[in-house]
Amino acid sequence: MSILAVLEQGNRMSLEALAASQQFGAELGLPVYAAVVGGGSAELADKKLDGVYTVEHALLSAYTADGYSLALHQLMAKLGSTLVVFPHTYQVRDFAPKLATSFRKVLVSDCIGHKVENGQIHFVRQVFQGKINAEVSFAGNPPFFASVQAGAWRADSVMAGSCTAETFTPELSAAQIRTKPLEPFRDAERAVDLSAAQIIVSVGRGIKEAENIAVAQKLADILGAEMAASRPICDNGWMPMERQVGSSGQTVAPKIYFAIGISGAIQHLVGMKGAKTVVAINRDPEAPIFEIADYGIVGDLFQVVPAIVDELRKAKA
Amino acid sequence: MKIAVCIKQVPARDSVLRLDGGRLQDSDLSYEINEPDAYALEEGLQLKEKHGGEVVVVCAGPERVGSTIREALAKGADRAIHIEGDLDAADPLGTATLIAKALEAEKPDLVLTGLQSDDLGYGQTGVIVAELMGLPHATIIMSVEVSASHMKIKRELENGFFQYVEVALPALLTMQSGSNKLRYATLMGIKKAKTKEVRKVDVAALGGLPEAAVTTVRMFLPERSKQSQIFEGDPRQAAAKLIEKLRFEARVL
Repeated sequence: MSILAVLEQGNRMSLEALAASQQFGAELGLPVYAAVVGGGSAELADKKLDGVYTVEHALLSAYTADGYSLALHQLMAKLGSTLVVFPHTYQVRDFAPKLATSFRKVLVSDCIGHKVENGQIHFVRQVFQGKINAEVSFAGNPPFFASVQAGAWRADSVMAGSCTAETFTPELSAAQIRTKPLEPFRDAERAVDLSAAQIIVSVGRGIKEAENIAVAQKLADILGAEMAASRPICDNGWMPMERQVGSSGQTVAPKIYFAIGISGAIQHLVGMKGAKTVVAINRDPEAPIFEIADYGIVGDLFQVVPAIVDELRKAKA
Repeated sequence: MKIAVCIKQVPARDSVLRLDGGRLQDSDLSYEINEPDAYALEEGLQLKEKHGGEVVVVCAGPERVGSTIREALAKGADRAIHIEGDLDAADPLGTATLIAKALEAEKPDLVLTGLQSDDLGYGQTGVIVAELMGLPHATIIMSVEVSASHMKIKRELENGFFQYVEVALPALLTMQSGSNKLRYATLMGIKKAKTKEVRKVDVAALGGLPEAAVTTVRMFLPERSKQSQIFEGDPRQAAAKLIEKLRFEARVL
């Protein structure tokens, strides 16, 4: 019985998943191992772990769901892993459900918390777009699988120590890899870097129509702020993709972040929760954005935003 | 090509959600198609228009999901399979098991679904269906090009990166939202939908749900992690209060 943290190289979320795994190990009294596919375990050498495995094979040089899932299945069998923990990255979303299914198990994905009760671990995850939390338990025999949400555990709480690194070479054949990935690329170099912006005015679905973005633009103008948006706005072509904040866009940390008509889906929150002060304006008092807002106004943004602009004008005069 | 599109019916985006004894109160909810699944359907319809063939919609749930199925047919799907039963206790593996069984005899060239559901959001039913059917898969797909028995697909990665992936048919893809423009059903489409085949298959006829691998113990409202100050009421007063706070309390203006 042991915990296996499956980590990605040079990835902050992986350190968070490691911190979570160490905590689960301490609470459940289980040894904790880490695995990195394709090398890069050096950064784990000074962490408190019972062992690190570098999973290496010529067929794992590029990520494929088939390769990763088959390789980790074999490593789990060798270690007798009972709980496998992942960071909830796009890559994990692609292969971890397949790995879990190969054991006829379900990945409890995107967890934000946990508790241990009578030696059983329960996870908390968000449902209904973050409006409700669900406590989930595993049924039947292990192995169990869970991925942890970005920012839910702290990377700086990783316990230091030492561990031995080993190479694990799985048995794979070329015929088992059914997809052929090409090189990752960016559509265009980013012309706009929002990461240095001091003030950001960001709009979401609540803006309703492209023409209405002007309402928020007025606020940005008077504040000297950069404009940004949540994904649906950029998908609609109402604002360029390069101004998208969130997991598929930019990560920002301004002094003030105005979230206007943004409900606060986690995909957006991971991109802006580093903001010093968050101001949310939304019609729906239950919108998850209010959970991370310092200040919130519940109301119609088409009345509230012009009122804020007026107040700023008065303050300037 | 034969394209199967798995769609889910979820509570409407603006629904007011109420909990009762740790369970969602669903008596007065209205429902709609899961948004990412609407994009999967759109992709399926466009591929059919380009390459010919048929689009078969698969939807699991109680009687009420019939309205979502009709809507998909009205938009242009050719026929539907309704896996009928109470799936409240089903986990993603359970639902995927039923879908995989229902698709067994169909032998689709391509299975499409949304990347995740807006309700439970496990984000894996598609991947599980692929694994159970022995198909290769790829997730978070932006676009699909089919040539003969191969596909070149554009996968979204993190931080603004993308990647093309080549895969042979048959395969399963989970589609990202926003990758296409969604169509509306036409009047003609709505009329035609009434005559299209909806094959109902009972959950029991598919061998029933397997034993759940995960169980929801309870649902509860999230606690605010930050001490938020919320202003309601008159917009002018709320705005004035906000600016005062930003200037003199947070000192960021």
